[in-house]
Amino acid sequence: MATTDLKPKDPTRSAGTDPATGEYRVIAPGQTFRSVTEKISRIVLTPDTPLGWFALFGVGGAVATLLLVALTWLFLVGVGIWGITQPVAWGFAIINFVWWIGIGHAGTLISAILLLFKQSWRNSINRFAEAMTIFAVVCAGMFPLIHVGRPWLAYWMLPLPFSMNVWPQFRSPLMWDVFAVSTYATISVVFWFIGMVPDFGTMRDRSESKFGQYIYGLLSLGWRGSVRHWMRYETASLLLAGLATPLVLSVHTVISFDFAVAVLPGWHTTIFPPYFVAGAIYSGFAMVLTLAIPLRKVYHLEGLVTERHIDNMGKVMLATGLIVAYGYGMEVFMAWYSASHWESFMMWNRMFGPMGWSYWVLIACNIAIPLTTLWSRKLRTSIPFMFFISIVVNTGMWFERFVIVVTSLYRDFLPSSWGTYRATKWDYMVYVGTLGLFTALFLLFVRFLPMIPMSEIRMMLPGAKITAKAEAKAGD
Amino acid sequence: MPAREGTYGLLAEFDTPSDLVRAAQQARKDGWRRLDCYTPYPVEEAAEAIGFHHNKVPMLTLIGALMGLAAMFLFETWVSVWAYPLNIAGRPLYSWPAFIVPAYEWTILFAGLSAAFGMLALNGLPALYHPLFNAPNFRDGATTDKFFLCLEALDPKFDLVEARKYLESFQPVSVVEVEY
Repeated sequence: MATTDLKPKDPTRSAGTDPATGEYRVIAPGQTFRSVTEKISRIVLTPDTPLGWFALFGVGGAVATLLLVALTWLFLVGVGIWGITQPVAWGFAIINFVWWIGIGHAGTLISAILLLFKQSWRNSINRFAEAMTIFAVVCAGMFPLIHVGRPWLAYWMLPLPFSMNVWPQFRSPLMWDVFAVSTYATISVVFWFIGMVPDFGTMRDRSESKFGQYIYGLLSLGWRGSVRHWMRYETASLLLAGLATPLVLSVHTVISFDFAVAVLPGWHTTIFPPYFVAGAIYSGFAMVLTLAIPLRKVYHLEGLVTERHIDNMGKVMLATGLIVAYGYGMEVFMAWYSASHWESFMMWNRMFGPMGWSYWVLIACNIAIPLTTLWSRKLRTSIPFMFFISIVVNTGMWFERFVIVVTSLYRDFLPSSWGTYRATKWDYMVYVGTLGLFTALFLLFVRFLPMIPMSEIRMMLPGAKITAKAEAKAGD
Repeated sequence: MPAREGTYGLLAEFDTPSDLVRAAQQARKDGWRRLDCYTPYPVEEAAEAIGFHHNKVPMLTLIGALMGLAAMFLFETWVSVWAYPLNIAGRPLYSWPAFIVPAYEWTILFAGLSAAFGMLALNGLPALYHPLFNAPNFRDGATTDKFFLCLEALDPKFDLVEARKYLESFQPVSVVEVEY
């Protein structure tokens, strides 16, 4: 969707178009290089932290403390404190792992894939979407480590020769996961940091305190904006985006292999990789909205993160939501079409068994509510509604993971091995605790790092690039 | 960096990217070779104007990608076939399709790290000191909203008086001398 396709038909909206290009404006009019720089850098450089920040950070930190308590008890006593049992040996830990990694994917999608597609509207939201990715991966990465039972032996997952000469088994998807997730975390951090280097230069130059100049000066690595540097920088960014794109698609694919390679009905299906990736992007965009809507309000960024952004994210959610709905449909279809007794029982049990309620929560949150309403532009540009939808989809996607993990495991082939699953308070504490950790980390990011990429916003302003070319030609 | 004395170059400040690109094109045409532009965001036309067309980042990235691919694939083969052979349901020890996934991930990992750190290395960063930071107007503008052209003293054509006159012919906001 090129920006020109989005010309509004409604005359009251034409105030939002750029008279020079006729394109629908992404950034509100009247911004200059200096004004956007001031606006974004002041959020960080001001000595006055908004009270709301402290309030939210307090809540986030308090909730993160729950995580600390739950993990301490877990390490002292063991995974027996969780609700996992036979046959449901994968409980909240894996559900949360898959959910958090999925949330991270939207950040990479926004920063990498939309960059390759030259969707410049993404520029306002890509930095904090990337930050969201990193903090989501931090939360996700914790779960495989803590669910192994003996977390001090987690390094056995790495191919290191000193664990009694035992080498890992490279034919296992669980081993692939180690490489997929660690690569994803590394590349996301590098991409994020490299993206911030020029902005750190700006922060160094705008900071009034010696300490700020020193810290941002170190972080900026001495960036001085030489065009030679910029050109290499642009090439590297483009290459990183090109590399992150197949990476992000591969990560959730590999995670879906953890399930799909098993012979369990409900897991053993070829649709898992695309369906996991689409679901990841679906929930990730929901999380971007959950974060962006309060942020633009609190920091008065309505001119930079406009209704247009919210609208576009709604469209992406609609598209990925439809892919996810197709995935659900296909699962039901294959349960019937495969003529496999086990598959059809699994589907029946998933819908109407003792835990069938979770399936209907999932259908309501992921399909019934968002996919009927997101078609309307009016609703997509209604900020409270989009906030509501973002929470609904995040809930729905969590239940998707729950349904996949629990309702496939608890009644498999042999009725004699059937069981049930009931999460304990420790399960909930770990889960809610990661939400707190995520919030706290994100708030620290908002306070100390430039949350909108200034250099990329400058490129989108009327004073930039395009006029330079035209006038330079005229001057020749 | 060895301590150097004297003039690093002359720095002309412009308000718009168009003025900078015009000046840079003219300077390049007039035979200046040691010159650089400083902008708050990437201005491709300015790089073209000073004759900077290609860079080595893609080549480094490719080398990194191939290294990552080879390293992980060979490692997996070595571990599975020689170092710790495991019979997994009777499958061959050299089950290469299963090795593709980690090898693919390491291709991306090495390529990404090469792109990022290769770019920094080619740029000579981190370099926390640079003579340009001595210019009084540089730090307020170069990372915010001003566009700079620097004629460096190492250029054989460089003469302090002549070069200043030359830069002033482009009607910049200011021309300042930058010292080491």
